[in-house]
Amino acid sequence: MDNHDSNEVVSEQNASADVKSEKKLVKESKNKVNRLKKNKPKKTKSSNHTGGVMGIWDDDHKILIAAKKAKTFGFKKLDAITPFPVHGMEEALEIKRSWIPYVTFIMGVVGCAAGVWLTWWTSAVDWPINVGGKPMWSLPAFMPIIFEVTILFAAHSSVLALIVACGLPKINPPVVDPDLTSHKFGLFVPENDEGFSFERVEKIFKDLGAEKIHRVERY
Amino acid sequence: MSDIKRKLLVRGDKSFKDVSDDICNLVERMPGFKWVGGFLGAKSLFLFYLTVIGIIVTTGMGLMGVNHPVGWGTDIVTFVFWVGIGHAGTLISAVLFLFRQKWRTSIARSAEAMTVFAVMTAGIFPIIHTGRPWLAYWLFPYANQRGPLWVNFRSPLLWDVFAISTYATVSIVFWYIGMVPDLATLRDRSKNVWRKHIYGALSLGWRGSAKSWTHYEMVYLLLAGLSTPLVLSVHSIVSFDFAVSQLPGWHTTIFPPYFVAGAIFSGFAMVITLMTIMRIAYPKFKDYITLDHMELMNKVIMTTGMMVGYAYASEFFIAWYSGSKYEVYAFSNRAFGPYWWSYWIMVTCNVFIPQVFWFKRFRRSIPVMFVVSIFVNIGMWFERYVITVTSLHRDFLPSNWGMFKMTFYDFGVLIGSFGMFLTLFLLYTRLVPAVAIAEVKPVLHVGKEEEATHG
Repeated sequence: MDNHDSNEVVSEQNASADVKSEKKLVKESKNKVNRLKKNKPKKTKSSNHTGGVMGIWDDDHKILIAAKKAKTFGFKKLDAITPFPVHGMEEALEIKRSWIPYVTFIMGVVGCAAGVWLTWWTSAVDWPINVGGKPMWSLPAFMPIIFEVTILFAAHSSVLALIVACGLPKINPPVVDPDLTSHKFGLFVPENDEGFSFERVEKIFKDLGAEKIHRVERY
Repeated sequence: MSDIKRKLLVRGDKSFKDVSDDICNLVERMPGFKWVGGFLGAKSLFLFYLTVIGIIVTTGMGLMGVNHPVGWGTDIVTFVFWVGIGHAGTLISAVLFLFRQKWRTSIARSAEAMTVFAVMTAGIFPIIHTGRPWLAYWLFPYANQRGPLWVNFRSPLLWDVFAISTYATVSIVFWYIGMVPDLATLRDRSKNVWRKHIYGALSLGWRGSAKSWTHYEMVYLLLAGLSTPLVLSVHSIVSFDFAVSQLPGWHTTIFPPYFVAGAIFSGFAMVITLMTIMRIAYPKFKDYITLDHMELMNKVIMTTGMMVGYAYASEFFIAWYSGSKYEVYAFSNRAFGPYWWSYWIMVTCNVFIPQVFWFKRFRRSIPVMFVVSIFVNIGMWFERYVITVTSLHRDFLPSNWGMFKMTFYDFGVLIGSFGMFLTLFLLYTRLVPAVAIAEVKPVLHVGKEEEATHG
């Protein structure tokens, strides 16, 4: 329970122009709440955002080691925030392979079918016109169109799937530490994880060499 | 110890923070006089371009050089030129990604930006060429009240509409998705509230959680995998515009690979042109876009230049081997007919001049590569000029022969299009990170271990 007040970091709510004063206010009010509740984690109104503890490391190798070791303490819902993809993090945090390729494949097939249907229906069914004596249903001539439509569907639906998978766009996402998109690497244990207590996680992170430890209200 | 040593991809022993600072700094500080001067110049040229287009559209296509028998002129030549330029960006961002070429990271963003802007610039030309741009939507198959009379899917020109529009939208999305984490970096660095809001919106609220990165990397790989056949298909289809016709000089099966090689060739030359200028304008970028990067690109230029040279030679051989006198005439007319000068400008710029890159000294010399890249750009414009004009101006019947003369308006749209391209590119360098921050950071260590052991 050592001086967590100084480590108190508050999600920034930057909607208003004078960010600084608002930040200060929020910080004070939250300090108060914490003292009152004796460090019981406070639920925010939005159930999507849980609190927890985040440890910050300054190198991708260090956070990878920390993540692997933290996993041995039995946490199930570990998450990391990094400025770039850290390789090995998927294995360390046991994140499943992305499901997006299935979307790409299915939409590619749909696009291909759409291309076939479009060229066939317009050229051979709806308004068949004899062009240079070629057959109405002249598949070789339609291949470029079918191919392009396939790619069009597959590429754009993959991107849409990414947006869905990552929950984008996020309006005013909580920023635990602005350096996390630049040169710091954060490992996070949410308060609803197995075996979570602020003290325990803080101690684990400290032992794992975190350079900073934040108590996060809204993640 | 192997003798092959990896070169440092980023010079100057940067920390992660240095990378963010160096690259974001360009966006965060006020533009200098050089940029403002360049921008005003480019913008004036852009306005001139718009004026010329305006006059052409309101007066009519008669202002341009196209007429019988040369019905495809500057518009089509310059369209193919710009589309070709765009291909290098996709090659760098997609094909080199699939081949795990880590050196692509520091040039990928700008090359992709070049792709997007080049395709946008290219897209204007067929629309001018239609003569009635307000009816350009007829190119798309939409339910109309004329039957509905559908577009002709057997026409290569329509394939082109589909190829270019797919390519343009996929390139834009690929570029943007690649940029999202960097826009989040800019958002989190910004002190100014407006800046924070704008970059916050553009970054879609990206946070960089481990799960998001898993999906993100997967989508990046998928888009690279989809863009690779796409980019090859696009220039193949552009070449079909010519190759599917019956005209001697156009009706050849070598066109798709020949066009794709030419596109990569011209695109890399444009990347070199832009990167040399960028390195001079922002000296910090010399640590990211190093001479090693430039040398590798020059090797690509020389290789593809020789492929194009092979294609030129092969066309002549096949024309002779075909035994068709029209084919033979089309090619001898190309090299020794009234447009001999355009043919020899093309060969000189594309085949002979890039040979200087056999020498390491020249491959690593910024002034030499800049000059060569300009020559290649000129040569590749002439390549399309040669293909289009010399084939059309003398076909089967001598009574159907004629000449093509470029007018002021032809030159206007050609030169003006550079104004559009440069305006967009200059704005880009100031508004978004011009080097992919999140992609450069993971390769910072590349070459460091070897450097340590080899001393």
